[in-house]
Amino acid sequence: MTEAVLQVTGLCRAFGSVRAVHEVSFSLPAGGSLGIVGESGSGKTTTARIVVGLEQADAGEVLVRGRARTGRARGRAERLARAREVQMVFQDPYLSLDPRTSVEAVLRETLRLHFPGTDHTTRIRELLDQVGLGTRAADALPRQLSGGQRQRVAIARALAVEPAVLVLDEAVAALDVSVQAQVLNLLADIRERTGVGYLFITHDLGVVRCVTDEVVVMRHGRIVEAGPTTEVLDAPRHAYTRLLLESVPRPGWDPDRIAAARRAL
Amino acid sequence: MSAVLTRRPGLGRLRSARAPLHLACLGFVALVVLAALLAPWAAPDDPNAVDLGNALAGPSPDHLLGVDAAGRDTLSRLLLGARTSLLGPLGVVAFSTVAGVLVGLVAGWRGGWLDSVLSRSTELVFAFPGMLLAILIVSVYGEGLLAPVLALAIAYLPYVSRLTRSLVLAERERPYVSAYRVQGHSAAQICLRHVLPNIAPVVLAQSTINFGYALMDLAGLSFLGLGVPALTPDWGRMVFDGQTAIQHGYPLSAVLPCVLIVLTVVAFNVVGERWADRVARRTP
Repeated sequence: MTEAVLQVTGLCRAFGSVRAVHEVSFSLPAGGSLGIVGESGSGKTTTARIVVGLEQADAGEVLVRGRARTGRARGRAERLARAREVQMVFQDPYLSLDPRTSVEAVLRETLRLHFPGTDHTTRIRELLDQVGLGTRAADALPRQLSGGQRQRVAIARALAVEPAVLVLDEAVAALDVSVQAQVLNLLADIRERTGVGYLFITHDLGVVRCVTDEVVVMRHGRIVEAGPTTEVLDAPRHAYTRLLLESVPRPGWDPDRIAAARRAL
Repeated sequence: MSAVLTRRPGLGRLRSARAPLHLACLGFVALVVLAALLAPWAAPDDPNAVDLGNALAGPSPDHLLGVDAAGRDTLSRLLLGARTSLLGPLGVVAFSTVAGVLVGLVAGWRGGWLDSVLSRSTELVFAFPGMLLAILIVSVYGEGLLAPVLALAIAYLPYVSRLTRSLVLAERERPYVSAYRVQGHSAAQICLRHVLPNIAPVVLAQSTINFGYALMDLAGLSFLGLGVPALTPDWGRMVFDGQTAIQHGYPLSAVLPCVLIVLTVVAFNVVGERWADRVARRTP
C-alpha cells in the first residue's frame, strides 16, 4: 500500500450539544480518491471544513504528508504551506467566485501569492486549458459564465496552488446532469495527469461510484461503514448504507417503504 | 442585500423610482457642483462689494437676482456660497466615510469583544444629537469651517459604520471569502481587495444621502452664526442675513438660498437612493 497523503484520526467537533463529527478517522493514499457520503446533516461537510482548516476540530488530528494541520495557521509561511497541502472546490459555483473578479484575475492573484516572480501568463493558459476553458473565457466575469464553466474556474483556481489533496464539497451537486458528467470526467483526467488526491464529499452515490476508489459512509457524525467503493456499494454491510442505496429513485421505487425503513433504523 | 440606508423621516417618502425625477435631480446636482467649481469666473460681481445706496433693490439687468440689505449681489453670493456650502458637507462625508468604513470593517470582520466595543461606542455617538455636538465644539473652538465639519463628521460616522458592519457581516459569510481563505490569502488582503469593493457601492450611496443631510445641518449651523465666518458667502449665512430683508418686504435674498438648500438636499437624497436601488438589483 502506498503512503497516505491525508491521514485523519479521531476527529471530533460539537456545536453546542450537537455532535456534528464524532471519532472520524480515514486515510487517503497519494493520488487516491476517497468519497464521504451521507445525507444532509451527517457531518460530512463539517469534516471537509476541518480538513481544509475553515473549522477547528475539538479533538483529533489531520495529517497531510505527515505534517499536522491542527490549530489556526500562524504567519504567512504557515498559511501558504497549508494552502499548498489542501485546496477546496465549493458546492455553489455561483457563490464561490468573487462577482467582481475576472477569471484571469482570480488565477493571477493566486499564482502571484504562491509563485511570485514567475511568468504567470503561460501558467494561466495552461490551467484554463487543463479545465477545458478556452482563453476567451479568461476575461469573463463570473456572471458571464455558465454554472459548469464557473465550477471549472473554481477547479482551476484550486489547482493553481498545486495542492496534494483537493477537497470537493458537493462540487457537482449544483450542476445539471450532462454538465455534471463533463466535470466528473475532467476531474478523473486531472487526477490521472497530476496525481492529486481527491476527498469527495457528496450525497450522490452515482458520483461516488464514478470517481472514487474508496468510500466512507457517515451518519449522525459517525462513520458507519468504510471500504473500497465497489464493495460497499455492491454489498453494503450496514443497514444505513443499504437505505441510502435504496433511496435513489428508479423504476419500481417505493418511497413509503424507504421512509418506514428510515424510521425503523 | 438586506442592508437599509438611513434616511430622515420626511425624505424617506421620496420615491426615486420615477426616472424623470432621478434625471432632474442628477442634473441639478451636476449644475450645483459646476456652479461651485466655476463660481469665481461665473460670478458677475464681487460677492462682498457693499453698495448701501442700492440696498434691497429688486432684480435688474445689473443684478439679475437683486441685492441684499447691504447691497451685495445675490447671484454672486449664491454662486460663491455654493463653494462653502458644498465643501463643508464634502469634508463631513469624506471623513465620516473613511473612518466609518474602517470602524465597521474591523467590527464586522473581527467580531467578538472588539465588535462590542466599537459598536457600543458608536451607538453612544448616535445617542448624542449631531447638531448639539457641533454647537458644543464650535463654542469651544470658535468660528471657522473646520470645527463644525469635524463635529458633524463624528456625528455621521455611526450611520456609515453601522451600515458597513452589517454589509461586512453578510459578505464574510459568502463562500468566495472562504475560498480565498483556503487559498492562503491574509484577512487584510481579502478585506481590501474583495470585501471592500463589493460593499463600496452601498456605502457610497449612503454617503451621498449623508451629503444632503450634512449640507442641511451645516446651513443650519451657519444660520445660527456658528459655522463660517461672517463675510464668507454661504447659503445658511445668507438666509440669516436675509431676515431683515424679509421684514422689509424684499424676501428674494433670503428665499433663494433656502430654495437652493432644499433642492440640493432632495437631489442628493434621490440620487443616493436610486444608486442604492440599482446596486441592490445588480447583485445576484
